[in-house]
This record gives sequence, structure tokens and C-alpha cells, in this order.
Amino acid sequence: MDMTITQKIIAEHAGLKEVHPGQLINAKVDIAMCHDVTGPLAIAQFTRAGVKKVFNKEKVVLVPDHSTPNKDIKSAENSKILRLFAKEQGITHYYEVGRGGICHALLPEKGLVVPGDLVVGADSHTCTYGALGAFSTGVGSTDLAAAMATGELWFKVPETTKFVYRGKLKPWVGGKDLILYAIGEIGVDGALYQAIEFTGETIETLPMDARFTMANMAIEAGAKNGIFFCDKITEEYTKNRAKRKYKLYTSDKEAQYKEVKEFDVSKIEPQVAFPHLPSNTKGVSEVEKVFIDQAVIGSCTNGRLDDLRGAAKVLKGRKVSPNVRLIVTPATQSIYRQAMKEGLLEIFVDAGAAISPPTCGPCMGGHMGVLAKGERAIATTNRNFVGRMGHPESEVYLANPAITAASAILGMIGSPEELGLRN
Amino acid sequence: MKFRERAWKFGANVDTDAIIPGRYLNTTDPAELAQHCLENENPRFVKEAKKGDIIVADTNFGCGSSREHAPIAIKAKNISCVIAKSFARIFYRNALNMGLPIIESDEAVDGIEDGHELEVDLGKGLIKNCTTNQTFKANPIPPFIQRIIDDGGLIEHISKKTAKASEVD
Repeated sequence: MDMTITQKIIAEHAGLKEVHPGQLINAKVDIAMCHDVTGPLAIAQFTRAGVKKVFNKEKVVLVPDHSTPNKDIKSAENSKILRLFAKEQGITHYYEVGRGGICHALLPEKGLVVPGDLVVGADSHTCTYGALGAFSTGVGSTDLAAAMATGELWFKVPETTKFVYRGKLKPWVGGKDLILYAIGEIGVDGALYQAIEFTGETIETLPMDARFTMANMAIEAGAKNGIFFCDKITEEYTKNRAKRKYKLYTSDKEAQYKEVKEFDVSKIEPQVAFPHLPSNTKGVSEVEKVFIDQAVIGSCTNGRLDDLRGAAKVLKGRKVSPNVRLIVTPATQSIYRQAMKEGLLEIFVDAGAAISPPTCGPCMGGHMGVLAKGERAIATTNRNFVGRMGHPESEVYLANPAITAASAILGMIGSPEELGLRN
Repeated sequence: MKFRERAWKFGANVDTDAIIPGRYLNTTDPAELAQHCLENENPRFVKEAKKGDIIVADTNFGCGSSREHAPIAIKAKNISCVIAKSFARIFYRNALNMGLPIIESDEAVDGIEDGHELEVDLGKGLIKNCTTNQTFKANPIPPFIQRIIDDGGLIEHISKKTAKASEVD
């Protein structure tokens, strides 16, 4: 039977020759990850189950990244639970504040997830690792506790929808725009329970950072996972990082798809998702005067080096509008260091931006950039639900880093072209 | 399990930030989470929902984050079940793992308005709208999942399995 890449990886981990969509299977997991919000619940469930040891201390990854550096006493207690569990269990991959970063940028960077893996994480954006040609999906804390205890978890094999991107990218268009545009087309439940397979000639030249952004937001279309085939770009990224042997998969020619969606990217301009759904998208040229109070560049979606470079290109030699607070959050310590080395941080500080340590804080309305009543932000993050970044009457607009940077300068949503910039 | 309670009707795409906003994720205490359940979506719900009441929603209920705090908040608010046209997949698993009954039914959701009184029979998958005197049939839960629910949630299910394994040792 011809299978998709998703089916093949699941079959391999379930010890089966083949699996078909809808089938319920039990599979071995290569990595089980949780953070300071979902971890304490997972640890409580793990303990309740009466399990003494995690299935493999090399394969459980713990990353305090959400309310860190701790925003209050309660979050400090949560981080402490994670830290103590890591010590007690002898967890190899625990990343303390100042030595880690946002989990979904950190795990690929450290080579902890490799092509062909089956990964679960107690965080919905765990689908990010699909950019590496792995099957990776978000689960709740209880499922994660089960995975930490047994190294296995049950899954329903998803159907796959194939996205085919063709054509040459317009100026200032990146992975964020390709995924936002697609979500705008199919809706926030357009791929519910499904795998999204990202393919096409445009994808073949797309850098890893853009692929991570796209896989990251598969969940915003309701998908179980988003996945890319491995190619030279993936191998280049992986070869010096991989902590384990890896296996490359592609889909078979006659693999079955629920649907195939084709996108001509030469017609896609930078996208802006209006409140309060990521599917509420418009091309940036269609956006009328939307004044903003805050701009956020960072998160597991767009806090990587290419994202910071894109923002710096726009901000260099310019100043953030007096009416706007710009917050820049490099996603990991190593991205922070590299941004420093390349002079990007200096560009941000000169422009009048605040640079935050790696954290998920502002994206989830936790800390480091919470919005007041009636305030409006543009952000490179992934969700613009009601109250996502703070007060229930605040608003979030989603966009790529270059658009977000340009908007911070303009004081309203706009593109770098309005600043006379050419890409 | 059979019960008769008030329906609270919600729209499509009720996300996990709506169910329990990120600003409350510094706690895992069920009672505290329940105090903020769906407060952004319908402030009346938090104040007025009574023990046993039922949430009825359109498509994609529970979309967004993987926070188990969402089904925990609903369960701690003493909601007896959630009926929706569809659920986001992580929420679906989390709810079952927590032992929060959830039912998918298009026709029931279309045939129920806010404030209607419902009678739900989980075992038979029957939803009766006592206000309009209509009865709807829901998708049955697969046996595979039913075993997890019967054991009282995934953790209890695993404990049972672990206990069995150690008996063999």
C-alpha cells in the first residue's frame, strides 16, 4: 500500500508494516516534551499513576519557557516542580533559564528532534518539528504523563491534506505569509484531525526557519501535524546537530490524500490576520488605517535568526513610532548570542525597542508585554484570540517580522515599502 | 449516566484562551480555574452556571492550546457534559483523559437554544431537548476510548495496567 510520510513514520513506530487513516494504533515515542505550564500537571499525573521512573531519561525533555523568568510566586513554584523533577529523575535535557529558550526553537536547534522521529509535547505548537520531516504533535498533560511513563501513546492515524506551493515569492513574503494565507483559505478547522503535507517548488527553496514557522501554525488550521519532506536544506541543518541517527521519509506516489490545495505564491502578498482568528486574513495592501500600541517580534513562530534579520533590515537606522512599544524576543540563548554578534540587537536598541530574554510571555498574555483594555498589538506570534495578549478588550493582529517591524515604525499596520524599502 | 439540566449555548471556535485565559495558567488548582471558566466568552456563565449544566457549542470547540487546564476548569465548574458539532483534537483527548464527557452531534446543536432544558443519556448517546420535546442521537464513543473512561481516566487506566504487570513480576 502506498503511504504518506505521516503514515510511514507512524507505522514504523507502531511496529506495523502499514497503517491507514482512521486506524487506532499504539506507537513508541522518540521524545516527550513539556514546559512550566503543562509540566506540573503532567508530573502530578505521572506521580498519581504510581510510576517511579520515566521511560528514558534521555528522551524526556523539560523546558521552562512560558512564565519564565518567573513572573510571580505561583509560576516560580511551577518552575520549581519542573526543576526538582528533572533532578530527581536525572533528566539529561532540562534547560534552565539563561541556557535554553522557547522549546519549539530549542529542541531542533539542539538536535534533540531528528528526521523520522515521532514526537509528542504537552504544547499545541509541538507540530513545529514537522519541518524536520518528523511526525510531531501536541498533547495534553495527561497524555504526556502516559508517554513519560511508558514511552508509548495511542494515536488515530490522520488523513492527509497536501498543500502545494508554486511560483516565486513576492518581496517581504515568507513562511508566515504562506501559512496565514492557507489558513485564511481553509479556516481554523479546515484541517481538523488531519496531517498537512507542505510541498511544491516554492517549499524546496524555503530556508529551515521559514519551514518551522509554517509547521508551527498547522495547529491553527486544526491539524494534528504539519510535515515537510527532508531535502538538502533539512540535511544541512540536521547533520551537525543530530544527537541520534535519523531516517528520511517521503510520501509514496500513489499515497491517498483527503484533499490537495494548490497555491500560486506569486499572487500572495504579506498577510495580516485580523482579530480574533488566525484565519481572518487580508493582504497588507488591503489594510486601512489600523493604529497600534505595541509590536511584538518573537515567539516559537517567528523568533528565529532569519526572523530577527528580517526585522533588523527594516529597523536599521529608523526609529519606532513614539506611540508604539516594540518588544523583540530572540527565541533561544544561541539565537540571542548570534543576533548580538551580527549587530542585530544594536539595531533594535537604537530603534527604541525593548529586548526581552527568550520567553513565551507576551504571546500567551502571561508577562513581558501584556495589553491593557482597548490596546492593539501587531505580533509575529500565532494566535489572536479574544484576550490572548491581555485584556479581553485588547486586539492582536498577526503578521511576519518585516511587516511587524515596519508597523512599529509607522505607528500603524503597514509594509516596509511604505518606508521606501525594497527587498 | 443520565441527567437533566440547563443548556449554555456557545458559537463556533470557542478556543482554549476563551475557556481559560493564559493569565490564569500560573495555577493548576481546579477550583481557582473554575472561577474564570469562559469568563471572556460569556461573563454570565461563570456567575450563573449551576452544577450539572451542559455546554452546547458549534464546531471546533476547544481549539488552540493544549492546556489541560481547559477541561479541568469545565469539569471543576461541575458541567456534566459538552455537546458540540466538532471538537479540536487536543481538547478532545484531554477531555476524555480527564473524564469529562463530550458528545458530537450536529442536529442536537442545531436543535438547542441557550436556556433550553436537556436530558442526556450518555450510555445510549441520546440527547432530549425537554423544552422543545425533540430527541437527538449522538455518535457513540468507540469501545477503545470507553475502556479509558470506565477506568476513570487515562491515569487510572495506566495504573491498572501497571498493577497487572507487577503482579506478573
